[in-house]
Amino acid sequence: MMKSTKLALLAATMLGTTGTAMAQDAELTIESWRNDDLTIWQEKLIPAFEAKHPGIKVTFAPSAPTEYNAVLNSKLDAGTAGDLVTCRPFDASLSLYEKGHLTDLKDLENMSNFSDVAKAAWSTDDGSATFCVPMASVIHGFIYNADAFEELGIEAPKTNEEFYAVLEKIKEDGTYIPMAMGAKDQWEAATMGYTNIGPNYWKGEEGRLALIAGEQKLTDEQWVTPLAEIAKWAPYLGDGYEAQAYPDSQNLFTLGRAAIFPAGSWEIAIFNEQADFKLGAFPPPVQNAGDECYISDHTDIGIGMNAKTANTEAARTFLNWVGSAEFASLYANSLPGFFSLSNETVEMEDPLAKEFVSWRENCKSTIRPAHQILSRGTPNLWNEMWNVSANVLRGAQSPEDGAKQLQDGLAGWYEPQQ
Amino acid sequence: MAQATKKSRRWHIAVFLAPAVLIYTAIMIIPLFSTLQLAMYSDVENSQVFVGLQNFRALFGDPQWSDQFWNALKNNTWFFIVHMIVQNPIGILLAALLSSPRLRMRSFYRTAIFIPTILSFVIAGFAWKLILSPLWGVAPNLLDFVGLKSLFQPWLGKEAYALTTLALISVWQFVGIPMMLIYAALLSIPDELLEAAECDGITGMSQFWKVKLPLILPAIGIISILTFVGNFNAFDLIYATQGALAGPDFSTDILGTFMFRTFFGFQLQLGDPNLGAAIATAMFAIILIGVSIYLFGIQTRLRRYQF
Repeated sequence: MMKSTKLALLAATMLGTTGTAMAQDAELTIESWRNDDLTIWQEKLIPAFEAKHPGIKVTFAPSAPTEYNAVLNSKLDAGTAGDLVTCRPFDASLSLYEKGHLTDLKDLENMSNFSDVAKAAWSTDDGSATFCVPMASVIHGFIYNADAFEELGIEAPKTNEEFYAVLEKIKEDGTYIPMAMGAKDQWEAATMGYTNIGPNYWKGEEGRLALIAGEQKLTDEQWVTPLAEIAKWAPYLGDGYEAQAYPDSQNLFTLGRAAIFPAGSWEIAIFNEQADFKLGAFPPPVQNAGDECYISDHTDIGIGMNAKTANTEAARTFLNWVGSAEFASLYANSLPGFFSLSNETVEMEDPLAKEFVSWRENCKSTIRPAHQILSRGTPNLWNEMWNVSANVLRGAQSPEDGAKQLQDGLAGWYEPQQ
Repeated sequence: MAQATKKSRRWHIAVFLAPAVLIYTAIMIIPLFSTLQLAMYSDVENSQVFVGLQNFRALFGDPQWSDQFWNALKNNTWFFIVHMIVQNPIGILLAALLSSPRLRMRSFYRTAIFIPTILSFVIAGFAWKLILSPLWGVAPNLLDFVGLKSLFQPWLGKEAYALTTLALISVWQFVGIPMMLIYAALLSIPDELLEAAECDGITGMSQFWKVKLPLILPAIGIISILTFVGNFNAFDLIYATQGALAGPDFSTDILGTFMFRTFFGFQLQLGDPNLGAAIATAMFAIILIGVSIYLFGIQTRLRRYQF
């Protein structure tokens, strides 16, 4: 008697589980480096998708940002990666496509919602294949403590001269550290320093494309000056900034100890939550009033499909949804500071995010110079820029030496520069 | 009959060794040889091609790679030297103090000093990163307290200090191991020997130098070789505190981080498993040479005292 009951129970459980498994006909896993976004995916984005597509279950499984590429590459080689893969822009993803890890998505219906510029970050050099759906770009600039500015009677600077005048004034007053930036996590100096203010000097796309074509060199004035500018920041940074890490800088600013934060727009969500003072933002200052301004509006994140996935149809459905206007508005508003690349107009609610995106109207957009093509070889130009920018900020290397190191490294493998 | 017993005894040896040999072969020896094999290949248009020693030629000859390699090796050597001149003498000193019969609360000290060795590298690294932080750390305040604030430096952010600081953190963490081994060696010295020494009028410091130290030399040798292997395989502490670019300006880059960066790639730099395997092979060779020098050059000359 007991035995048969147990058997019946066992059978029921097994049938039961197979029953549910049949109803859930597809499960998708997303690989990502944005571990900060876990709750937003779990609470907003995935429920919105699942409500519309009841047959598909989605899991967001991020890893640490600095380890993402290593983890993803090994997982893809071993065949254990998730069905969907968030894509870094340009070469990192292009090599995944060339190795056959990502599928061409050019025929996806909603791909038409994106401009060629948006798609360029995830297309082959000749544009014949696009392997990730563009999700968002991030804009660089400076975020400041508006309360502190008011207290000290200063306004957001427009020109370089005003910028240093503001820094000097904050320093004289002594209540605040003028600027929160450290040299320890080298990417901070390169990303929020060099490629933040740089486009105004190398004239955005003009300089970037000239570098790729081999018409300009990194030792040219327009590429050295921004390094020299970073070196001038040192006296306005906090004590021991040489060992100050990126999270330290964030904390210095949100705790109200520093007045200006050289930023990327991805900070907006975190700062809104953590800072209890009013925030403002200004674009990288230009040399003379009225100069044409350039901003780093970097295509940062896309999403593609693992070529070895068993759920091709479900994955394509999801990717198509990522290309939709619904996703664009949902994403831009859940993650203020990640600006949708979609052609659809997205209404944003966050004032700081609106401020950042408004710069697109007056300034010319460009992307970070090392990302397209120039980081294909060894030494990797972007990693070198991290190192050189941090060295220059620490005063351990002169801007000229730093620029020469970058140029020599690039010329070491990149033919147009030889 | 006698022959049969002999045979079955030998058979037993094989059976009992088999599990260990099989497991060791599967998870140590085969991977070791496949690493060697991986180092001989190269990725050409997404397929693996046999290139012989070309990866090693790049590693030692191409300035792009060899500069980084020698820099890492140099840093590694310094890392090892700091351990040898700081960790082992302190370990011996602590063990000598612990074995002193007049010391009270001996087991408390022993445990307190040994505890950091069971901590994870990541925890130790993170804790020290916080302690030494110029912004929030306790180090600047403590120095200020005793009026030495001017001595404070952002140690982990300066090229001149970062590697030594990290080596000292590692010493702090692992000083318990030489202490324990030498403590055990000191305890195993028979009392008769020490009493005989005392009868000859050798006491105190000279007893330590003339009697105890020669007796614990083999233990010190073992500790040195363990330190050597551990240091040249080190990776975790540097990665946890300085990241894979081993800043500032590669001043803390050691073979482990260099290998990681090359093998798995970092940020936009794509991984090159073949060259990474070549670095791993070089690390293996360095450790093998070091251990061989010790085994054939030093250990055979160490005198062993039979009691």
